[in-house]
Amino acid sequence: MNNLLAARELMAFTLAFHIVLASFGIAFPAIILIANWLGLKRDDADALRLARRWSKAMAVMFAVGAVTGTVLSFEFGLLWPRFMERYGDAFGIAFAIEGIFFFTEAIFLAIYIYGWKRLSPWAHFWSGVPMVITGIGGAFSVVTANAWMNQPQGFTLDAAGRVVETEPFKVLFNPAWGYEVPHMILAGYMVTGFLLASIYAVGTLRGRRDRLHRLGMLIPLTVACIAAPIQIFVGDTAARAVADHQPAKFAGFECVQETGPNQTEYVGGICTDSGVKGAIGIPDLDSYLVGFSSGTVVTGLKQIPADERPPANTLLHLSFDGMVGIGTALLLLGVWLAIVWWRRRDIPGTAWFLRAVAISGAAAVAALWAGWIVTEVGRQPWIVQGQMRTAEAVTRAGGIWFAFAAVVLLYIGLGTGAVLVLRAMSRRWRAEGDGDDAETPYGPAEPIGEASS
Amino acid sequence: MTKADVAAVILWIGATLYAVFGGADFGGGFWDLIAGGAERGERPRARIQRSLTPVWEANHVWLIFILVVLWTAFPDAFGAIMSTLYVPLALAALGIVLRGAGFAFRKSIRRLELRRAMGATFAISSVLTPFFMGTVVGAIAAGNVPADGNGDAFSTWIQPLPILTGALFVATGAYLAAVFLVADSRGAGDGEMEGYFARRALAAGLAAGALAVVGLVLLHSEARYAYDRLTAEGLPLVILSALCGLAALALLATGGRRGLRPLAVGAVVAVVWGWGVAQFPYLLPTSLKISQSAAPGPTLDSVLIVFLAAAVVVLPSLGLLYWLTQRQLLDE
Ligand code: HDD
Ligand code: HEM
Ligand code: HEM
Repeated sequence: MNNLLAARELMAFTLAFHIVLASFGIAFPAIILIANWLGLKRDDADALRLARRWSKAMAVMFAVGAVTGTVLSFEFGLLWPRFMERYGDAFGIAFAIEGIFFFTEAIFLAIYIYGWKRLSPWAHFWSGVPMVITGIGGAFSVVTANAWMNQPQGFTLDAAGRVVETEPFKVLFNPAWGYEVPHMILAGYMVTGFLLASIYAVGTLRGRRDRLHRLGMLIPLTVACIAAPIQIFVGDTAARAVADHQPAKFAGFECVQETGPNQTEYVGGICTDSGVKGAIGIPDLDSYLVGFSSGTVVTGLKQIPADERPPANTLLHLSFDGMVGIGTALLLLGVWLAIVWWRRRDIPGTAWFLRAVAISGAAAVAALWAGWIVTEVGRQPWIVQGQMRTAEAVTRAGGIWFAFAAVVLLYIGLGTGAVLVLRAMSRRWRAEGDGDDAETPYGPAEPIGEASS
Repeated sequence: MTKADVAAVILWIGATLYAVFGGADFGGGFWDLIAGGAERGERPRARIQRSLTPVWEANHVWLIFILVVLWTAFPDAFGAIMSTLYVPLALAALGIVLRGAGFAFRKSIRRLELRRAMGATFAISSVLTPFFMGTVVGAIAAGNVPADGNGDAFSTWIQPLPILTGALFVATGAYLAAVFLVADSRGAGDGEMEGYFARRALAAGLAAGALAVVGLVLLHSEARYAYDRLTAEGLPLVILSALCGLAALALLATGGRRGLRPLAVGAVVAVVWGWGVAQFPYLLPTSLKISQSAAPGPTLDSVLIVFLAAAVVVLPSLGLLYWLTQRQLLDE
């Protein structure tokens, strides 16, 4: 049991770390190419400078994303050998496809990053386009694997519980992929867009009010604000599908105790056996959201066998509310930008707007993590919904807590290193303009005589 | 050939490509590690960095490929290996994180001490990672992984043959890297570095050859099944590897350069396939056969389709990347 807890914490921690970088892998290429395209079309040196700087930052993030992703691949086997043994033949199909996308992404990333000087401008631009597609394809293949864990299908078991037949199409296009995949891709665009915009908003608040900062904020912010309303629509669809197919998860995050119609929607509060405490309740709304009528019956936790109920319902409930709350707030931020832009063709000038943008990035990351907590913790005690319990899947190896501690320390170092390197790069750009291309991770080789290690 | 055999061949193709490209990549780190003090090691380090930089990331996706094919096509073997050899596997994963971070960060750091620390991290983990991967392969070949997993965490790999295989991995990577660096230095018209790496390629080649011979002796005592097959069905590959290796050494010793790379690569590829032939038809000798561990047919079909798609999409892209690198178009 103790091992199980350690393994779950380790999995959750490493996934949470990776997913932030993966979000950049999904969305950063597109945002860079928008700047690149604007720069080429309008002969805009600032836009080109942004594209170029961002591509160098992407190199660092991609490297960290690649190593943390490799760790995840090891972890599947190291932490959950029974799960992989039993279901690798079904679950693995999506990951096999992922390989193609990551490979292609890594290749074109290298071409794009190192191609700035010697490739012709448009050839260079086009060398970046495959990354946009591979980012989306990579997200599809990984997230559809997770969707399969939530709504498994496309396999037959024999009496001993071994997978004897598989239907790859059914595995890939399971009932959950249709909302999980777009939800994650949009989350990638929101996280990347708002975080980038945050950085330039902070710079602007500190008095750097040049055109570069304006453009650096406007391009990613626009992308993220366009994604926000679509994201809410997709999330709403997801919630209804979860209520349908994973009633225990839904009851967990909405804290529904008794099955029945006219369920109250609670915002915030603490989930107890006798209902939500300290929340704002809106009568009938929960039933209405699930079935567009206050008479819709929603399954309550009490109807679910005790050993199949998700743990930590307060965590689930607050994570869900946090995600929805942040999603709504970010939508409003987009509305603010849209109104001011429509009336004045300009970014809202008040410091309050800049402050809101400055925290929007962290908020988007929080929503991303909250969503994954809802999905993963809400599925417990199952690793494969209705098929295999997480407790059956876990390794018997000892020392997982030790590994967990080591990984936390290692990742703190990794995260700190990445942030320091990115900050050093930005400081250097500010100090020296763009003359010093020799100083980025994959940048051009150093002139001989300067290298040292 | 059954579908399961086809999947095993795909797995081995992945292993071969990782041995060559990943191996050379690790080898670059090895030469970085022993290049000496900051001043003396300056030029070789710069050469190594220049050669590795654009292809570093792509070289390592082969590892992901191997893991994914293994767990999809042969889930039982994957579970057994992971639940037995988790110690060296976790250490290899640790090495991958440190290496990637060290490599990516070191150029961007200005403070000299920090930068040296990053460079050292990169170099040390370049040696440890292939070493632990080698112990995993050695333990599998020696038949130390039970089919239903949960073998002993230490005695399965802390043994002469796995440890020797680890050393062989390091030596082979160093050898390949030095051979590639000879060619790169020559391409860049740097005669001094060409000689520098040629001497090292010769030394590493001799070391790898010697380790391989000791390995055969150990195989005889510790992994009889593999030894018997290697000296029967696998004999042509052993001979091929020896011939390629000797010819490459002769070229290095006499200053010849034509055909050096293909010969060195050929020697390594023949060893990888020799290992495969030696194990056949077992995935885990002698407890789990390829056919017993294989996933259902449609899954194996998808692995094959994905592999063909990868060949169509990835290989040309990879070719483009290597071509652009060779033409120095990606140097900025
Ligand atoms: C920027 C991030 C972000 C934002 C603003 C939202 N979400 Fe979300 N949500 C995620 C990011 C996310 C995610 C990427 O973290 C998850 C985890 C699994 C998934 O498919 O997407 C997720 C999961 C997730 C699930 C669980 C799906 C499952 O278990 O299969 C539901 C029901 C919702 N979301 C609903 C919503 C609603 C109603 C939102 C309305 C405002 C919303 N999300 C905004
Ligand atoms: C929702 C979850 C995930 C998403 C959306 C995602 C997406 C991505 C993306 C876009 C990249 C490209 C690297 C980058 O740009 O930073 C990446 C890297 C990687 N991811 Fe994840 N990932 C997720 C979870 C996982 C999991 C669970 C695994 C474990 C099998 C994994 C394995 C990898 C690997 C091996 C890489 C490195 C590939 C390379 O070198 O290009 N990812 N991931
Ligand atoms: C990327 C963002 C993700 C985050 C933040 C995340 C979060 C989590 C969390 C919190 C747990 C622990 C559950 C608990 O403690 O109750 C967990 C477990 C797990 N997740 Fe996810 N998850 C993510 C994506 C994925 C993806 C894409 C996959 C697979 C394709 C996946 C597979 C697993 C597995 C195998 C476990 C262990 C078994 C379990 O506890 O369910 N996760 N994850």
